Amino acid sequence: MNAPIYNFAYLDEQTKRMIRRAILKAVAIPGYQVPFASREMPMPYGWGTGGVQVTAAVLGPDDVLKVIDQGADDTTNAVSIRKFFVKTAGVRTTTRTADATVIQTRHRIPETTLAEHQIIVFQVPIPEPLRYLEPRETETRRMHALADYGLMHVKLYEDIARHGHIATTYAYPVKVDGRYVMDPSPTPKFDNPKMSDCPALQLFGAGREKRIYAIPPWTRVVSLDFEDHPFERYRLDETCALCGATDSFLDEVVTDDRGGRMFVCSDTDYCEGRLADGAAA
Amino acid sequence: MYVAVKGGERAIDNAHRLLAHARRGDPEVPELTLEQIKEQLTLAVDRVMNEGSLYDRDLAALAIKQARGDLIEAIFLLRAFRATLPRFGASVPVDTAAMSVARRISAAFKDLPGGQLLGPTFDYTHRLLEPDGAGESAAEPAAAPADADAMPRVTDLLASDDLIEPSASADDTEGPARDLTRDPLGFPAERDLRLQNLARGDEGFLLALGYSTQRGYGRNHPFAGEIRLGDVAVEFFAEEAGFALPLGHLTLTECQMINQFRGTATEPPRFTRGYGLGFGHCERKAMAVALVDRALRARELGEEVRAPAQDEEFVLSHSDNVQATGFVEHLKLPHYVDFQAELGLVRRLRAEFDEAAARAAQNASREAAE
Repeated sequence: MNAPIYNFAYLDEQTKRMIRRAILKAVAIPGYQVPFASREMPMPYGWGTGGVQVTAAVLGPDDVLKVIDQGADDTTNAVSIRKFFVKTAGVRTTTRTADATVIQTRHRIPETTLAEHQIIVFQVPIPEPLRYLEPRETETRRMHALADYGLMHVKLYEDIARHGHIATTYAYPVKVDGRYVMDPSPTPKFDNPKMSDCPALQLFGAGREKRIYAIPPWTRVVSLDFEDHPFERYRLDETCALCGATDSFLDEVVTDDRGGRMFVCSDTDYCEGRLADGAAA
Repeated sequence: MYVAVKGGERAIDNAHRLLAHARRGDPEVPELTLEQIKEQLTLAVDRVMNEGSLYDRDLAALAIKQARGDLIEAIFLLRAFRATLPRFGASVPVDTAAMSVARRISAAFKDLPGGQLLGPTFDYTHRLLEPDGAGESAAEPAAAPADADAMPRVTDLLASDDLIEPSASADDTEGPARDLTRDPLGFPAERDLRLQNLARGDEGFLLALGYSTQRGYGRNHPFAGEIRLGDVAVEFFAEEAGFALPLGHLTLTECQMINQFRGTATEPPRFTRGYGLGFGHCERKAMAVALVDRALRARELGEEVRAPAQDEEFVLSHSDNVQATGFVEHLKLPHYVDFQAELGLVRRLRAEFDEAAARAAQNASREAAE
């Protein structure tokens, strides 16, 4: 038995080239899901294998990597993925959004506005925004090809008819550059406006489903809505118990069994940054 | 402090230490050796090689030990290793007709050239727990003079009468065989890719699907034409040498199902085939694959696609247990953010519901008063 020797950032160069080709195609056709020969990674499908492959393909030795899960740098899976790249690529890591050149994320976009030199990599479970309306890949690919998005509008309309408003709170579908309807990954719809005209390159990797897609910098991203029912950005009307922020997305923390609750920033770097600058609740 | 932000890293390290401890079990009990797993848990090793799609008994044994006997976890370990291996080419197709046979049975003919050879099988054991039997040193196997007769495949015997469709040969496919681990699977998928997917697929999933065809969900009247187990030579065509060089041997199980086909306006009635092939001794898997392979040929044979086992997008998209276990188990990962967003929505919907109920109650009491 030979002890395996791994390449920089784990993947072999041939695989990285294959992924980079898919990324280039994805950037050239904003919002289009490019099939790629996703590899079995040494972490389970569903843990961010798509994001990890995209990060591995774009990472260079001079990059500074930040990994977040649910907005936090120290959730167990974020820790695990960061350690993976420290071990296999030896890159520097940071928890500060502004200092990172590559940010891999699951379920959030940082509160701090991203910059032109940054790449944000999203982990995507189900890349197909139409999947829950039409389970067949053959059908959904045809619908995208024909820009046949009527089914999605009917779904949103039915939400309004039944509940009075659109009952989608995360993975809220967007239209990219006026053409492809895209799943933003399961980020809360609070984060959707951050995707539009974003200075950073946004890359999306779905390992199990073998798809990569992208939003190039400064691309218009519109959350689907109706003229008389415009898109609403939802934020709980509370302040962060640690830093007093009134503009950040909040986690709800149960403090006792008598209904006690506290609310804290989901973006830990944003919260810590505000505290360091002297903010307090 | 309720917001436990630091500590993920230490928690992971400690969890790994605890896992290693649990894996070892009672230190008073001698540690399992890889040789023991390889020699005595051979069918577990075979399954891990099949679904891990890598023929390496040593690595499969290591994976089983490292995975504490969780075979899907072991399959995952083998797959992740396989993904890092370089490819230098594809072998010459193996010839199962030239197999050095350890077991060969046909349920279609009482006797046939080469005969029926029972081999090592559970089939006629009485399933009684034998505390003394399983661990004891086994008696020497009975010996018989080697049969010099050739052992042609049953389906080839039928094919000579044109009673069964001819076997697809490697020459029928254009270009080299495709590989779903190198190019993403698209639909519709041709038979080479379907069979590759099934060969890697979860035994339990395929068993249930095969079973469903027997119970009427896409019935295709199967007969176990032949099941054979044995060793085949693997050869590689070397450009430099100009001929095929032997690389070694593989143990394979092959199942050929014979299925009814009533014919069409242009095709005479004849039997059709379902095919299953796997590493090692894997009869249950090979048979299930053969049933599902035949069911998935519905489109090609002009049969109506009505049952789950005939639906290639359904079958091929859900057969892989490494993918399935990943996506099911990822529900363990934090989903605070999405749950928070959903909580907000449910609270809002409930507030609207309560308001509407209050309004209705008010109206009702007003009407009662009037």
